[in-house]
Amino acid sequence: MTNFREIADMPPPANTVGVVGWVRKNLISTPMNALFTFIGLYLVYLLLPPLLDWTVFSANFAGEDQTACTGTGACWVFIKARITLFMYGFYPSEEYWRMNLVFALLAATFLPQFFDAFPYKKVFGIFSVTGFPIIAYILISGGMLGLEHVETDRWGGLSLTLILSFVGIVAALPIGVVLALGRRSSMPVIRTMCIVFIELWRGVPLISVLFMASVMLPLFLPEGVTFNKLARAMIGIVMFQSAYMAEVIRGGLQAIPKGQYEAASALGLSYWKSMSFIVLPQAMKLVIPGIVNTFIALFKDTTLVLIIGLFDILGSVQSAIVDPVWRGVSTEGYVFAAMCFWVFCFSMSRYSMALERKLHTGHKR
Amino acid sequence: MAEPGNTSATPSKPAPWNDPAVRSVVFQVVAVAAVAYFFYVIFDNTFTNMEKRGITTGFAFLDNPSGFGILMSLVEYDESHTYGRTFLVGLLNTVLVSFLGIIVATALGFTIGVARLSSNWIISKLAAVYIEVLRNIPLLLQIFFWYFAVLQVLPGPRNSFSWNEAVFLSNRGLFTPAPVFESGSSLIFGALVVAVVTVIAVANWARKRQETTGQQFHTVYVSIGILLGLPFLAFLVSGMPVSIDYPALKGFNFRGGIRIIPELMALLWALSFYTAAFIAEIVRAGILAVEHGQSEAAHALGLRPAPTLKLVVIPQALRVIIPPLTSQYLNLAKNSSLATAIGYPDLVAVFMGTTLNQTGQAVEIVAMTMAVYLTISLSISTLMNWYNKRKALVER
Repeated sequence: MTNFREIADMPPPANTVGVVGWVRKNLISTPMNALFTFIGLYLVYLLLPPLLDWTVFSANFAGEDQTACTGTGACWVFIKARITLFMYGFYPSEEYWRMNLVFALLAATFLPQFFDAFPYKKVFGIFSVTGFPIIAYILISGGMLGLEHVETDRWGGLSLTLILSFVGIVAALPIGVVLALGRRSSMPVIRTMCIVFIELWRGVPLISVLFMASVMLPLFLPEGVTFNKLARAMIGIVMFQSAYMAEVIRGGLQAIPKGQYEAASALGLSYWKSMSFIVLPQAMKLVIPGIVNTFIALFKDTTLVLIIGLFDILGSVQSAIVDPVWRGVSTEGYVFAAMCFWVFCFSMSRYSMALERKLHTGHKR
Repeated sequence: MAEPGNTSATPSKPAPWNDPAVRSVVFQVVAVAAVAYFFYVIFDNTFTNMEKRGITTGFAFLDNPSGFGILMSLVEYDESHTYGRTFLVGLLNTVLVSFLGIIVATALGFTIGVARLSSNWIISKLAAVYIEVLRNIPLLLQIFFWYFAVLQVLPGPRNSFSWNEAVFLSNRGLFTPAPVFESGSSLIFGALVVAVVTVIAVANWARKRQETTGQQFHTVYVSIGILLGLPFLAFLVSGMPVSIDYPALKGFNFRGGIRIIPELMALLWALSFYTAAFIAEIVRAGILAVEHGQSEAAHALGLRPAPTLKLVVIPQALRVIIPPLTSQYLNLAKNSSLATAIGYPDLVAVFMGTTLNQTGQAVEIVAMTMAVYLTISLSISTLMNWYNKRKALVER
């Protein structure tokens, strides 16, 4: 009788593990793959060194005005000199603290809600859509409590972009929910109205909606009633995005099995109760990625307001570029604006992916 | 403690304000009344306001001469033409840029989407960087970048970049040689039409043969052969009636050839690059949606990699890809209206911009422009729905 003796596992072949193994598997597994690796490396070689050289090594960081930009690289001095314009637009400089306070408050209200362990989520959540907008409006616009009134024409820069997106997001979501419910209503008249509304806004470009808001809204209103340009742009953006939001949420509503609706009615819940306690929580959870994508689209679309003469961050950059004091700085300006947008959009999309993973666990087997 | 109503054999009739049928009728009547009142107020205000400002309503302005020039036009146009003509010019320019944009974005998007799935680490990461950078930057910013930061700073025509003295790139745009069709070239176009019809017939025949016998046919190569060969044959037979008009520097600008204005280039690049990033993600999701078991089963049946891709993976992936692809095409067509920001004369720029400013006919012009976009949207989505239905899973 031979006894069973355990022999230690042999190590995997040296060329399938570690750096060598990784390179063999991912870069040169076949001749074709090696060729692609070569093409890819060549592309990186073509793009990366000039890019780094322009943005960092040959760039000009120190100085005050155009004369400081002597190197061949980017003239970041321009961004430094114009940063207040890009951030606050033409907002009076002695009142910057009001904008800063609003955005500090925004961060303080929203950031804690991203943490699961935070206990006062509900209070903060309600505050962020009720109290916060009022306080923010009073602070930014002024005209009461001893604050100097600042006309909306002077709002601008990144802060205007954030204001427009915040209003758009907070208003478009509930309107979108109502429209989506209306589109699935059993009442034919309500359903038709919602379909017409949604398809009408979705079928036309945002720019024509903004043009319409700026040239036709004054015609629609009775004598003496006027909205300023910013409010008109906001109405246009909210109408437009709520139609997109409605379609996203409708997707979620359709994905909820009929049994859920029937069980809610069987329990004797009214329409609004069954929707708000049974159907919508499940539906919204399903379409969070879609909702965040709509937010991202809305955030990017706020740049279009520059066409009707508002100075959001892109508008401020554009006005600083054409200023003859600085010449040949258009690329720097656009790169800066692009970075601002990219940071916001990319973090929103990553957040939505993380949230999707977190909420998806219940369905995974 | 049951209430008396619950013990009787027939359920009691609810009070009218609790009856769902009554409620629904009341809600709908109220909704119709509210909407009707809303529109009544709007129309009333609009007419009052327009009367005050002395704006006459109606579409008579379309016959008035416009008196402004347009940078680029696919049909004959100058200052003496009517506003109706400016509408047509703008519409054609919108259709041109949308059509070209869709073609470029599709080609680029499919390439990058496949590259994203490549087993090669570098290629896959490069595609990921492209997608993440381009789709998180607003389109308008990208249009501005191409137009103001790239194309406007190119050298003037005298110092333009040239390729073989035939293609020139300067801040006035891209100049390429243009084919000039002389008399007798109608035979070539005739041959092209015949070639297209033949290709469709061949494709149909090949599909039928494959479905009945399983034998495959090299449709792609044969189609390319017919499409290129027949017109070329006609070109030779009719005595080569096509000459080429090269652009040449005359004074401060080029004459002859085809001129692609920088506005069109900037808009086309930005639209295509931006939309391609979204299409790439759609393609990636579509291919990933085809289960691995499908291609394994195809291999087990003895299909080689190419037919597996063509007959098993792609048809199933297309089913997932097409609906979101349609909405990207629609977005591209609608986003082409951003042309107005850099002065490419699309519908919004020439009609909703210049024409509206000159005539003040806000209601008519906005309605016409929106109607055009709605028509484009609805027709693209109808076309794609039809295609989608053909490709959809037929369950037995």
